Amino acid sequence: MPSVLVYAELNQGKLVSTALELMARARDLGDVYAVALGTGAKAAAATLGKHGAKVVHVNEDAAFDDYVAEPAADALAALYEKEKPDLILFGFTPDSREVAGRLAARLGIGLIANAGDIAAQGGGFVAKVPYFGGAKIASMKANAKPAIVLIRPKSFEASEKGGTAEVKQLDLAVADGSKRAHITERVVEASEKVKLEDAKVVISGGRGMGGPQNFPMLEELANALGAAVGASRAVVDAGWVPYSMQVGQTGKSVRPGVYIAVGISGAMQHTVGMKTSKVIIAINKDAEAPIMKMADLGVVGDALKIVPALTAAVKAKKHG
Amino acid sequence: MKIVVTVKQVPDPNSNLTLEGDNTISREKEVVLDPGDECGVEEALQLKEAHGGEVILVCMGPERAKDAIRKGLSMGADRGVLISDAELAGADALLTARVLAAAIKKEEPDLVICGTESYDGSTGMVPPMLAELLGFPQLTFAKKVEVDGSNVKVHRQTADGYQVVESATPALITVTAGIAEPRYASLKGIMAARSKEIKQVAFGDLGVEKGEPAETIEGVTDAELRKAGQVIQDDGSAVDRIVQVLADAKVL
Repeated sequence: MPSVLVYAELNQGKLVSTALELMARARDLGDVYAVALGTGAKAAAATLGKHGAKVVHVNEDAAFDDYVAEPAADALAALYEKEKPDLILFGFTPDSREVAGRLAARLGIGLIANAGDIAAQGGGFVAKVPYFGGAKIASMKANAKPAIVLIRPKSFEASEKGGTAEVKQLDLAVADGSKRAHITERVVEASEKVKLEDAKVVISGGRGMGGPQNFPMLEELANALGAAVGASRAVVDAGWVPYSMQVGQTGKSVRPGVYIAVGISGAMQHTVGMKTSKVIIAINKDAEAPIMKMADLGVVGDALKIVPALTAAVKAKKHG
Repeated sequence: MKIVVTVKQVPDPNSNLTLEGDNTISREKEVVLDPGDECGVEEALQLKEAHGGEVILVCMGPERAKDAIRKGLSMGADRGVLISDAELAGADALLTARVLAAAIKKEEPDLVICGTESYDGSTGMVPPMLAELLGFPQLTFAKKVEVDGSNVKVHRQTADGYQVVESATPALITVTAGIAEPRYASLKGIMAARSKEIKQVAFGDLGVEKGEPAETIEGVTDAELRKAGQVIQDDGSAVDRIVQVLADAKVL
C-alpha cells in the first residue's frame, strides 16, 4: 500500500474544508496520515480520524499561525525525512500552495498544481489537470518521489469514514531562522453575510457590470434571494471589488444550486471555479460569449436593466 | 535599494478567446508583458522613487520576450536580464524557479517582486519556490507595500480582509494585480528604453541542473463540457424565464 500524507491546513485554529475533501480521496489511494500544525491541531486530529486518517502528526507551536509558510515547510520536510510518504497532498489554496512550493524547492522535486482528481496507477500517481485553457484534461503522471500534488477545493465531497486517529506529537522546534515573515495583525474588512462557498445561490459580476458603482445592484438581488455575491478576476484586478469575492482558478471554487453570471464572458480562469454549479444562468450582452455555451439559460440583454427587474420580480414572488 | 522584478511574456489576455467547433480554444498569437507583472514593475518604481535605488527586470523566455522587458524599461526600470535558451522551452515551475534564482542571486537584491501568479499558467507556484531557493522569506498577496530601512511591511490579502506581515530584507514579495495602476510609458521613456541594457544569459552559464520534469503527460482528453442550454434574447420576458428557472431549482 502506498503511503499518503495529507497536509491538513488550519486557518486560525480551524481545519479548512479542503482538508477533509482531500481525505475523501486520499483514503482510496493508500494508508493515509495527516499533519496538522498550529493552534487547534489536536482538535483537528480527531476530525481527521473520523475522515480516515490513521495517524495525525500534530504540533501546536504558535509559530505556525504567526509566520508565513516557512515553519510549515520545515515541519513537512522533517516529517518527510522520517516517514518517506509516496504522495503528499495539498489543497490548491493560497496558504497551502505557498507551503507546497517551498517544500518542493527544498526537496528539489517538481509538483503538480491545480489538479481536479488523482488516482494510483502502476505504483505511482496520475493527476487530472485542466489543460489547454481548460478545454482539455491532461493525465499527468507524477515523476518525482514523493509525488506532490495540489488539488483544487471542492474536487471531492468530504464524508466521514474511519474512526480514531492515533495522534503523534511531531517533535520539532521551529528555528528562529524560519520565523521571518511575521503576521503581526489580522484585519477583518468584509464580514460576508452569506459565505460564497456555502451559498445555495451565487450571483457574480464581471466587466459587463460597467463599473463598481453598479455592484450594489447585485447585492440587492442577492439579499432578495439569500445569495452571495462573487466576481470575475477582471473586476477584482480592476479594483472594483475585493479579492475575497473572486470566483475562479485562483479565487474561490463554488458549487451552488444556481449560479448567475452577470456580464461575465466566461474565461477558463473563471469557469473552472463555477462550472460544477447545478444550474447556470448567464446574463450578457454578447450572445457569442463562452459563458453562453455552458449556461442552462443564457439571456442576451442589458444586465443593468434585467437585474433590477429580476430583483423586483423575486421580491414580488416571495411576498406575493 | 536594489529591487528585482520577475517578468513574463504571456498571450495577450485581451485577445479574443473563442471556442472552436472541436472544443479547442483559439487565441490570437499576440504576446504582452504579463499584466500582473506590470503592477509589480509599477510598485518597484514607486519604491525606487521613494527610497532610491535600482529596478532590474529578470525574465526567462524566448528571444522575443525582450519586448516584455523593453516594456518595463520604458515604464522606467533601469535594466533587464533575459535568460533565453531552447533547452528551457516547456520548463516546469521548479526549473523556472531555479533559473530565476540563479540569475537573481548574482544581483544580490534587497527585494524581489513577483506577480501573485501569471496570467497564462495561473498556478502561482514559482514565487514560493523562488523564495525558498533564494533563502528569502515570502510576503505574499500584497495589496500594499511599505519599506522602512531594512524592514518591509505588506498588507497581505486574505479571504475576509488582510494581514499585516513584516520581515527584514532581503525578502520576496508577491503583489496582487490591484496594488498599483501601472503607468503609461512616456515617449521619453520609450526612447530611453532603447538604450537600456538587456543582458542575455545562456542557461549553461547559470550552473543550474535541469532535473527531471515534474510530470509526464500520459494523455489528453476533452474536458467534460456542460451542455449548452437555451439562449434567449431579452424581449422583456427574460425576467419571467429566470424566475421560472430559480423556482424549478427550488431556490425561490
